[in-house]
Amino acid sequence: MTGEHQTLALLLFSAFVAVTLGITTWVSRNRRGSAEEFYAGGRLFSPMENGFAIAGDYMSAASFLGVTGLIALFGYDGLLYVVGFLVAWLVVLFLVAELVRNCGRFTLADVVAARMRERPVRIAAGTSSVTVSVLYLVAQMVGAGSLVALLLGGTSGAARAWTVIGVGALMVIYVSLGGMRATTWIQIVKAVLLLGGTIALTVLVLMRFHGDLNRLLLTAAERSGHGEAFLAPGLKYGGDWTARFDFISLGLALVLGTAGLPHILSRFYTVPTARAARRSVVWAVGLIGGFYLMTIVLGFGAAAIVGPDAVRGSNAAGNTAVPLLALDLGGGAGSTGGTALFAIVAAVAFATILAVVAGITLASSASVAHDLYASLRRRGGKPRSEVAVARVAAVGVGVVAIALGLLARDLNVAFLVGLAFAVAASANLPVLLYSLFWRGFTTRGAVWAVYGGLVPALVLVVLSPVVSGSPDSLFPGLDLQYFPLQNPGLVSIPLGFLAGWLGTVTSAEVPDEARHAETEVRSLTGAGAA
Amino acid sequence: MQPRKGRPRGVGAGQESSVEHLDRQGPVPAEEAGQLRYDDPWYDALASGWGESAGAGVPTPAVVPSARGEGESGVATADVYLEVQRSEAFQEVRRRYRRFVVPAFVALFAWYVGYVVAATTAPELMARPVAGAVNVAMVAGLGQFLTTFLFTWAYARHARLRRDRAALELRWDTQELTRGVNGGVS
Repeated sequence: MTGEHQTLALLLFSAFVAVTLGITTWVSRNRRGSAEEFYAGGRLFSPMENGFAIAGDYMSAASFLGVTGLIALFGYDGLLYVVGFLVAWLVVLFLVAELVRNCGRFTLADVVAARMRERPVRIAAGTSSVTVSVLYLVAQMVGAGSLVALLLGGTSGAARAWTVIGVGALMVIYVSLGGMRATTWIQIVKAVLLLGGTIALTVLVLMRFHGDLNRLLLTAAERSGHGEAFLAPGLKYGGDWTARFDFISLGLALVLGTAGLPHILSRFYTVPTARAARRSVVWAVGLIGGFYLMTIVLGFGAAAIVGPDAVRGSNAAGNTAVPLLALDLGGGAGSTGGTALFAIVAAVAFATILAVVAGITLASSASVAHDLYASLRRRGGKPRSEVAVARVAAVGVGVVAIALGLLARDLNVAFLVGLAFAVAASANLPVLLYSLFWRGFTTRGAVWAVYGGLVPALVLVVLSPVVSGSPDSLFPGLDLQYFPLQNPGLVSIPLGFLAGWLGTVTSAEVPDEARHAETEVRSLTGAGAA
Repeated sequence: MQPRKGRPRGVGAGQESSVEHLDRQGPVPAEEAGQLRYDDPWYDALASGWGESAGAGVPTPAVVPSARGEGESGVATADVYLEVQRSEAFQEVRRRYRRFVVPAFVALFAWYVGYVVAATTAPELMARPVAGAVNVAMVAGLGQFLTTFLFTWAYARHARLRRDRAALELRWDTQELTRGVNGGVS
């Protein structure tokens, strides 16, 4: 890419960084360092603000760049991702949002620990939350590295490494100084920017085709070289049965995983009531649904206007489809409009990554401080010291994410996100649903549900073709491959539920009626909610 | 609506009439423009502030300490929750929640899994053209978007009209009872 692109994009990106740092210092002045303030931003965000922040937390660079690229390259099969990402919100809305808001204080473990022996449950749920968060973080860091490589042209290793370190440093600053309040405002700003950019590009694509969606689809199909097959499923996941089961596995992980993502759950604690949590999800569904509908147009638009060959030529995984589309829509390479639009899209993608990593870092530092540290160290520490631990934990999580992001930079971003969803669905969702809805659930069941989902999910990935046994693996030389699917969800999610059930029926512990009553009454009425 | 025998407190008319009032409210045109129309978001924060802060009218989140006390008052608090759980009013709220959520969840999950399985195992069916460039797969995919919006709207509406008021009153009563137990006031 030319120097103009770079200068303008870096300028815009610096402006975003300056604004977000400004937000961080602004919100962190005159604030008491209470846990309520740090983890939940004081719990007084309005449903609309929280809805935008949820959307900003959820619409990651993987959807903006990755999914549009998949649609541009494989047509309809890319669209399957988008549907899973959206439908997942119904699971969140129906089963999780309000009840979690009513029962918990800061983390997922709060909900479970309310009716179990606290220590083992907190350690288990804290461990799985941190694992999910780190996987998701690494995906975003790798995405940031690739984006910069694209922007600066060439694939200079140093530029990538510095990007990963820079993103890591920024997210640690946002979180440890600004806590949930700064994170929320950064996510709101980012959601507005991302939606604005997406709307502008969508309008330009539709104008190019004079509003005729039919012609857009036909042109995309024609240019793809696949004809009608481009508009039907099967190009990417239609091969052998392994590929098909792999997709079903991914589909399950996507739809069930969102409800177990710690950074999504922690967003519900930032509003005052369950009713406000519900309404923020309604806002989020509207925003996210609109966004994904537009990414479909952008994906097919990139196929029709840029063409899959040009997209593949720039990045084999298709991650550059949207920037290339922006370049073309603005008037082509070399024109002022094209340069400006390209730079804007690149800056928006950066903003997206920064906002998402800030949310995840905050959620994982909450898990470390509120669940793991509080259980492993002596009980009864003052809230003040817990926030101090959380700030340090944010630095620690940042360092781990930077290190893993540097190591994993050649892994596919969409795969890493799919993996994080699979682990969330296997380890976090069963224990959450059992605690909320099953009267007879016991401590052993809770602990088994977490580890029974977490361990198989991770082990199956190690034994999968992702790690070894195929030319595209992480370690192509080794052969540990005993599990054929890339995504473990199809096996590990049922295992998580099964383990929770098994642990419960085999434990001698008598489930505590009163504490179940308390969870149930609190979850549905909000009595005694923090 | 039958009289609530198991109510934890002699509540009577207030609770009763509000629940029945909700029942009659069925087809109220409160959300004419579908799921994209919203009331002033601040209304909610204020309204709930009222419920939380014991009628003081201050919209600060009353940080009610987790009601599960250890120690002796904890036993009494546990009794309150058991009592509320057994009350007819609570069971009605729970029944309404489950009657909506269970069938709706089963339907959406079946529809989504059916869609994914059909897309991966029956591509020929999905490729059948409907109109112009639009085929069955396209219609099904956009149908998933549409049903998601509809389910969201239906859930929010059901919760608002059928659950919210009764749940708020229960919350109110429960908190008063636990406060009475813990503080020895009432």
